[in-house]
Amino acid sequence: MTGMFASALTGLVWVGLWHLVLTMMAILATGAALPLALGPAAFSGLVAGVFAALQRPSLLRNRRMTGIILIACLLFSFSLGTPFDPESLLAPWQSLLLLVLASAAGWLSIEKTVGPANAGFMTRYGTEEFYLRLFWGLGLMMFVLIVAVPFYVMVMTSLKSQHSLMINPLDFSIDYSLGVTKLLSSYIELFTDYGFMTLLVNSAVVSVATVIITLLFSVPGAYAVAKLRFPGRKWLSGSVLLIYLIPAIILVIPLYAIFSQLGMRNSLFALCIVYPATTIPVAVYMLRGYFAGLPSDLDDAGLMDGLSRLQIITNIAMPLSMPAIASVALYVFMIAWNEFLFAFMFLDDVKLFTLSRGIVSLNSSEVPRQHLMAGAVIATAPVLFLFLWFERFLVSGLTAGSVKG
Amino acid sequence: MSRTSRSDFNGELARREKRLAYLLLLPTFILILAIVLLPLLTNFWISFKPVKLGDLRPPSLIIKEALRGAIASPGDIFKIEYRFRNSSVKYPLTEASLRDTLPDGLLITTLDPACEIISEEGGRTIFCTLGDLDAKARGKLVVEAVLEEPMLVNKDILKASKPETLFIAQNVLTSFEFTLENFKKVFSAAEFWNVLKTSIYYTVFGTAGALLFGLFAAQIMLKTFPGRSIIRGLFLFPYVAPVIAVAFSWVVLFDPFSGVVNTMLLQLGAAEGPINFFGQRKVDISVFGLTIEFPIALSMVILFEIWRYFPLSFLFILARMQSIPSDIYEAAEMDGATPLQQFWSLSLPFIAGILAVLFLLRFIWTFNKFDDIFLLTGGNAGTRTLTVNVYEQAFAISNLGAGAAVAVVIFVFLLIFSVIFIRFSPKDAG
Repeated sequence: MTGMFASALTGLVWVGLWHLVLTMMAILATGAALPLALGPAAFSGLVAGVFAALQRPSLLRNRRMTGIILIACLLFSFSLGTPFDPESLLAPWQSLLLLVLASAAGWLSIEKTVGPANAGFMTRYGTEEFYLRLFWGLGLMMFVLIVAVPFYVMVMTSLKSQHSLMINPLDFSIDYSLGVTKLLSSYIELFTDYGFMTLLVNSAVVSVATVIITLLFSVPGAYAVAKLRFPGRKWLSGSVLLIYLIPAIILVIPLYAIFSQLGMRNSLFALCIVYPATTIPVAVYMLRGYFAGLPSDLDDAGLMDGLSRLQIITNIAMPLSMPAIASVALYVFMIAWNEFLFAFMFLDDVKLFTLSRGIVSLNSSEVPRQHLMAGAVIATAPVLFLFLWFERFLVSGLTAGSVKG
Repeated sequence: MSRTSRSDFNGELARREKRLAYLLLLPTFILILAIVLLPLLTNFWISFKPVKLGDLRPPSLIIKEALRGAIASPGDIFKIEYRFRNSSVKYPLTEASLRDTLPDGLLITTLDPACEIISEEGGRTIFCTLGDLDAKARGKLVVEAVLEEPMLVNKDILKASKPETLFIAQNVLTSFEFTLENFKKVFSAAEFWNVLKTSIYYTVFGTAGALLFGLFAAQIMLKTFPGRSIIRGLFLFPYVAPVIAVAFSWVVLFDPFSGVVNTMLLQLGAAEGPINFFGQRKVDISVFGLTIEFPIALSMVILFEIWRYFPLSFLFILARMQSIPSDIYEAAEMDGATPLQQFWSLSLPFIAGILAVLFLLRFIWTFNKFDDIFLLTGGNAGTRTLTVNVYEQAFAISNLGAGAAVAVVIFVFLLIFSVIFIRFSPKDAG
């Protein structure tokens, strides 16, 4: 394989792809019904790729600028002056911006992928490196798009009105002239007419209670398993995770039956004892590992100084394992906040609904889609904020404990 | 028994430590017992019993008290009627009786033979023995009385004392009535094998897909580039966000009429008509003149599973890859190993352990997955897995027993998986 071929291929793929992605982004951002003209873009990329292979970095002083301008000119001329917008649906500055973005992104991608390759023959090592770089870029682009698009659609749909969604489902442009109250009308309606304040409070109460109960149970338990000698200790640490493999769907029928008979099914209290039961095993597992890593000398020193074991837990072990406790707390909060099955099965009373339960009832043909998406945003925002704020803790919590989903 | 003082001291300390350990573990143990292990056994119990959803409301004696005739001036004759009914349509009540307080100021003239009057402190009580009541049984007891003191008796006072009931109800949940009907029903249903097949497709492809995508994402994030930590955070969004939110955004995104994907496909000319991604069992795809039936809804829920859980594999694999010492790669580089050779012979062996653990655990969890499919398709269009079937049987068809039987089937599969998992889990993977 020659560098010329590799380079041309790179140009074709990248400029074509960026053209596709930018067209779609422009459609979503403006609502204009742009057509897709991949041919000219791919051909421009091919020519730019050949250029990249011929032009060694040393030969031309401003290679990057030249490349970008080259792609822009090629795109412009191959598409007969209308690289993105043959029917003039966009403002001139928008078309220009798209052209600049496509050329710059296209050239930078080519540069990054082709690397030090030249027009001549490529070794096996060089070929593999080239393909890895190509797939690295393609993969990154794919992952970012597939992860971001559903969230983008969720947020944007929640800001639209029923009317504009009907006219053009692709139009996610934000009309700032409407004013804040119009834009956020779905959210306002959820809080005023659908009682979302109650849902938020219920979810928060249940989640915080679950975190507190889980910690109250699992910190002493994990300490016992990690530091104290007793018969059955090995067996216990092994079986903790097996409990974790028992799925909620097996427990839901008997728990539903038992709680119904006891008359406590339709209550937040029921959730506050079921959620901890599902989170305590993993909390014990995570904390046990951390406690076991603390030097036993500290405990012995504490005992010498006349502390009881309970005082050792509260005064020595817990302050030292704050990072672990924080990640357990965050992880448990996330599980409780996101939980759906038990909330769905147990709660009948609208006043007791948690967010998950409340949003399910928004999924009907009578409730407009933007309300459903606004509800989804309200449920997502707190966990995502917590996650971004404490990402370090949560990530270590996730890796330590979560093979669960 | 005599011991030396030293061993006595050690023994006492060890015993105290043991007692403390059990004490510290006791709350956890009780909670797990009550909420996980006991229900697990109860599920087996229910699976052998003819329980319907309606049976959860236990049979009870329902009494309606009615007054006939004027109650105004002394000498008025009136009737107090107690209508009773067994609320259950299936189960009898035994040793039923009712009791009600009667105010002073009235003279009882006729009394139903089943009833007697007991004078107690603070008033008179009427006590009626109803005996055994068959399912759906109903009847009426009448008491005739003459008003003596209007000051003491009126409708409100008579109504204010609610009759109390006593009875022994047979509860289907606690009775010793067993049946194999649930299992027969589950296994003989024509769809059962389809459900099992769907479950296995979903689990195998979902797990493998999430693992492969996680591996790919981890490879990408190994390189350092500007914005890497932001993108790493972004990659975790699908896993961290509530299932309810992401499932419904997918539903909205792929809606056949107003969804972005369908509108985009139509506008760019990639599809001829709207595709009902989550509502259609099969779609015909022609490739080179060959028409293939593509299970579209099932593929979509599998894609969703991959999308939502690749971040988890990604995190684990990335953490493992970053712990590989870099000097072995430098050595391989010196020996002229190409990047792919390095990946196959250096990276893969290092992450094989974590891949195996992830595969087995994710396999079990994907098999157990309920929320995602339930929210996306409701188990329709060929996406009904065993877990969705539990819900379908127990709560949609209201046959708790059959639902529990499906749950038992799931549990048996889990046992098999766990045994395999314990047999083959690599010891060094963490």
